[in-house]
Amino acid sequence: MIKRDRLLTVSAYIFLTIFAVLMVFPFIWMFSSSFKDSGEIYEFNLFPKYPTLYNYQYIFNYSLFPRWFLNSLLIAMITTISVLFFDSLIGYTLAKFDFPGRKLIFILILSTLMIPTEMLVIPWYIMVRNLHWMGTYWSIMFPGMISAFGIFLMKQFMSTIPNDLIDAARIDGVSEFGIYFKIVLPLVKPALATLAIFNFIGNWNAFLWPLIVTSSPEMYTLPVGVAYFSSENSMSWELIMTGAAVSTVPLIIFFLIFQKQIVKGITMSGLKG
Amino acid sequence: MKRFFVLLVLLGVLLTSFTFAAKTKITYWQYFYETKKITIDQLIKEFEKQNPDIEVEHVTFPYANYNQKVASSIPAGVGPDVINLYYGWIPKYVTSGYLIPLPEEDFSKEYLQSQFFSFVSKGIEFNGKYYALPIAVRSLALFWNKKLFEQAGLDPEKPPTTLQELVEYAKRLTVYDKKGNIVQEGLTMQPSGQGHHWIREVLVRQFGGVPYTSDSRTVLYDKTGAGSDVLKFYTDLITVDKVGYPGFMNDDVTAFKAQKAAMTIDGSFRIGTLNKIKGLEWGVAELPSYMGVKSNFASFWANGITTNATQDPKKLEAAVKFIKFLSSPESMKLWLKNVGELPANPELAKEYYDDPVYGAFLRGLEYAHATFFVDESAQRQVMMDAVDKVVLKGISPEVAWREAAEEEQKVLDNFWSSIQ
Amino acid sequence: MRLRQKKILTAYVFLSVPLLFFIVVRFYPMVYSFWLSFTDWDLISPKKNFIGLLNYINIFKDEVFMKAIVNTLKYVVFGVPAVIIVSLYLSLVLNRIKKFQGFYRLLYVMPYITPLVAVSWVWKWMYQQPPIGFINNLLTIFGIDSQPFLMSTSQALPSIVVTTVWVNLGYCVIIFLAGLQTIPQEYIEAAKIDGANRRQILWRITIPLLNPIIVFLAITQSITFLRIFTQVYNMTDQGSGGPLNSTKPLVLYIYQKAFMSFDMGTAATATVILFGIIMVITLVQMLILNKNIEY
Repeated sequence: MIKRDRLLTVSAYIFLTIFAVLMVFPFIWMFSSSFKDSGEIYEFNLFPKYPTLYNYQYIFNYSLFPRWFLNSLLIAMITTISVLFFDSLIGYTLAKFDFPGRKLIFILILSTLMIPTEMLVIPWYIMVRNLHWMGTYWSIMFPGMISAFGIFLMKQFMSTIPNDLIDAARIDGVSEFGIYFKIVLPLVKPALATLAIFNFIGNWNAFLWPLIVTSSPEMYTLPVGVAYFSSENSMSWELIMTGAAVSTVPLIIFFLIFQKQIVKGITMSGLKG
Repeated sequence: MKRFFVLLVLLGVLLTSFTFAAKTKITYWQYFYETKKITIDQLIKEFEKQNPDIEVEHVTFPYANYNQKVASSIPAGVGPDVINLYYGWIPKYVTSGYLIPLPEEDFSKEYLQSQFFSFVSKGIEFNGKYYALPIAVRSLALFWNKKLFEQAGLDPEKPPTTLQELVEYAKRLTVYDKKGNIVQEGLTMQPSGQGHHWIREVLVRQFGGVPYTSDSRTVLYDKTGAGSDVLKFYTDLITVDKVGYPGFMNDDVTAFKAQKAAMTIDGSFRIGTLNKIKGLEWGVAELPSYMGVKSNFASFWANGITTNATQDPKKLEAAVKFIKFLSSPESMKLWLKNVGELPANPELAKEYYDDPVYGAFLRGLEYAHATFFVDESAQRQVMMDAVDKVVLKGISPEVAWREAAEEEQKVLDNFWSSIQ
Repeated sequence: MRLRQKKILTAYVFLSVPLLFFIVVRFYPMVYSFWLSFTDWDLISPKKNFIGLLNYINIFKDEVFMKAIVNTLKYVVFGVPAVIIVSLYLSLVLNRIKKFQGFYRLLYVMPYITPLVAVSWVWKWMYQQPPIGFINNLLTIFGIDSQPFLMSTSQALPSIVVTTVWVNLGYCVIIFLAGLQTIPQEYIEAAKIDGANRRQILWRITIPLLNPIIVFLAITQSITFLRIFTQVYNMTDQGSGGPLNSTKPLVLYIYQKAFMSFDMGTAATATVILFGIIMVITLVQMLILNKNIEY
C-alpha cells in the first residue's frame, strides 16, 4: 500500500513536470527567438549559437516601443489608482451606511457586470468622438475608472470591519471622509493590494478598446503596438518575438513579486463570485 | 487694479490671435508611413517658404483606421482642409458631403489629362467632376532572387517574360523536403498581399476578360474572356504545380526577405524594405505577359479638398495652392527618391525608364489599370476566399469563381445603393 | 436623528460620482446600443434612419454572421469542457503532492497574466508551416506528417482553442485547488473507513462538493470563450478570422462591421444578440448544473 502510494506520488511529479514544461515552453521559445539574429531565426536550436541583443536595440531605438511602454504604464497606473479610490469608497458606503436605495444601488452596480464590454464599445466610441476626446489618454482610460467587480470585493471586506470602530471615530469628531481614509482603508490593505494588482494586469493587457480608440501610433498601448508592429507586412519573426517579450517581461517580474496576492486574488474572485 | 490686469491679458490674447490670423492655416491629413511623413514635412517647409502667408499643419494616422478617423472628425468640424485619400473612396466622401470638386479654373480638364496618366484622371472623376490629385502612383512588378536562380541552374539575369516561363521557372525553383513539404517557394502565392491585384487586373485581362464595367458597378470577370480559367491557373500553381501556397512563412514578403521564395509579385513600395536586407540580391522585371497581352495594376492616393476649407475663401485658396504644389514635377521627383513611389506624370515617368529598379514599374504604368475599389478589404477578402475555396475545400474553380463574382457584386451593390 | 440624516447625506455624496459614472458609461451606452440596432447608421453619414427590426431580419440572412455564431458556439463547446476537465485533473494531482505545490501552480498560471496579444503571436509563430514552424518540426522528428494548423478550415479553430485553454488553465487550477482545500478531510477519512476506494471518493465526495466551483468556472469560462477576439484577430491572416471565416467569432464580426465597414446598425444588432446569448447561457448553466447538488 505504501509502495503504491510512493509510486503514485512519483508519477504525479512526473506528470506535473511534463505539464509545467508545456506551460512554460512557449515563453522559452519566445525569449530564445528574441536573441537570435535574422540568419538563425529559422533554426530550431533552443539556445542561440550567436546570441545577439540587436533585436532589443532595434525595438528600443527604431520603433515606438519605449513610448508604448510608457503609455501602458501610465494608463494602467492611473486607472488603478482611480479604481482603488472609488471602489473602496463605494464599497465602504454600501457596507457601512444605511440609507434608502442602498440595496437597489448595489444591485444596479452588480448588474453592470452582466453587460459585455463589446456591447458598449460602439457608444463609447461615439461619445469619444462627440466630446472631442480623440487622441487623449483619457479616451483610453475612462471606461475603466471604476470597476463593479472591485466594488463587490470591497463591500465584502468592509462588512467585516466592526461598527464600533467607526462609531468611536465619529464620536471623536473625525470627519466622514477622514474615517474612510484614515481608519477604514488601512484595515483592508490586503484586499486593496489584490484589487490593485488585478486591475493593473487587466489594464496592461487590454486590447479591444485601445485598438478601437487609439488613432496615432504615439498613443498606442503596448498590446496594440505589438499587434500593429507584427501585422505590418515586412516584419521579421525575431522582431515580433522581441516585441512580445518586451510586453511580457514587466508582467513576469510583477508576477514574481506579487505571486501570493495574485493567487489570493484569483481565489477570491472564484470563491466569492 | 485686478480688473485692469484682466483687461490687459484679454487684449494680449486678442492681439496675438490677430497676428496669427494674418497667416492662413490649413490642416493636411494622411496615413502614417514613415518616409511619407518625412517627405511631406520636407515639402511643407518648401511650400511655406514659397508662400509665407500660409501655414500647413500635418497630421498622420495609421492606415488601419484612417477612414474611421476621418469619418469621426469632419462632422465634428475638427478635420482637415486637405486630405490624402484612396481614390476608391471618392464617391463615398463626395456623397457624404466631405469633399468638394477641384475648382475648374485652377484644374482644367486639359491640365488633368496632360499632366497625369489616363487611369488617374479616370480614377478621380465622379459624376463628371474631378475631386483629387495624386503625388505618385504604384504598380506591380516581378521580383526575383538572383542567388536562388543560380542555385537552380537558371541565368540570374534572365527573369521569365511570359506566364509559361513563369510557371516553368517556378517549378524549377521550388525545393521540397523528404516529406514533400515546400521549403523554398518558386513563386509566392499570397492573395492577401498583392496577389489579389495580380489576379483581378492582370490575369483576368491576359485571359481575355475585363474585370468590371467601365462605371465600376458590375463585376464582369466571370462573364468575359476565359472566366474561371484565371482562378484555375492561379490555384493550379498551388495544388498541381505546388510552387507555393498562401501563408508560407506567414506571408510573401517574409518569405522573399528570408530568401525562401525565389520570385514574388509585389509593388514599388517594397523596394525600400528589400534594400535593407543584407545579402539579398534581387532584380525586378515587368510582369510576365500572356499571349502577347501585357497588363498591370496601378493604384494611388490623392489629395482632395474638404468642406472644412470652404468656410474661408483664403483657406480654399491656400488648399488649392498646396494641392497643386504637391502634384508638381519637383514634388514627384522628391517623392520617388524618398518614398519610392512613381511619378503620376507620364512625361516625368519617361525620364526614369532606364532605371534598373524603377524602370520595370514605370513601363508597367503604360498598360496599367486601376481598380475602383469601393471597400478594399471586403473585395480583397473575396479573392482570398475564392483561392481558399479551391485550395482548402477542393471546390471547383468554376464554382468558386462564380461565387466570388456574386459576393463582390453584393459589395458593389451595397456601396452604390448607399450613396444614391 | 440628525446623525442619521447626516450619514444618509454623506452616503449620497460619496456615491454621486460613481453613480453618475455607471449611468453614463454603462447604462446609457447599453440603451444606446439597443437604439442603434434599430437604425441603418453608417458612421460617415450624418443621419440615422430608424428602420425597425430590419437589421435583425437581415443579420440572420447573413451567412458570415451565422458562421460567426456557429464558430462562437464551437469555441465554447470545445474550449470550456477542455479547460475544466484538464484543470480539474491537474489540480487533483497537485492536491496530492506536498512539496513544490506552489511552484507548479505558479508555472501554470503564468500564461494567464501574460498579454494575450503576445501569447497569440508566440503561438502563431509555433504553428507555422515547415520549414519554420516549431510544432511541425517536432512532428517531423517523430515521423508524423506536418499539419496545416492555422491554415486549414478544419484545424484553425481547434488550434486557437488550444492556445486559449493554455491561457486559462492556470486560473481554473488555482480556483479548483482552493476549492479542494475547503473539503473537510473528515469526509474523506470517513469514506475510507467505510471501505471506499479512490475512484468512489472522487466521484461520490470530491466532485459533488466541488460542484459550485464547477458551475462558477463553467459560467465564467463560457463567457470568456463567447467573447473571444484578441487571439483570433492576431493569429489569423490580416485579422480576418479566416481561412474562409472558419475562425471568425461574433466579436470579430462586430469589430469588422463597426470599424471596418462602418455598418454601425448591424454591428449594434450583433452586440445585442451577443448580450442575449451571454444571458441565456448563464441562466441555463445555473439551472442545469445547480441541480446536481441535490444528489
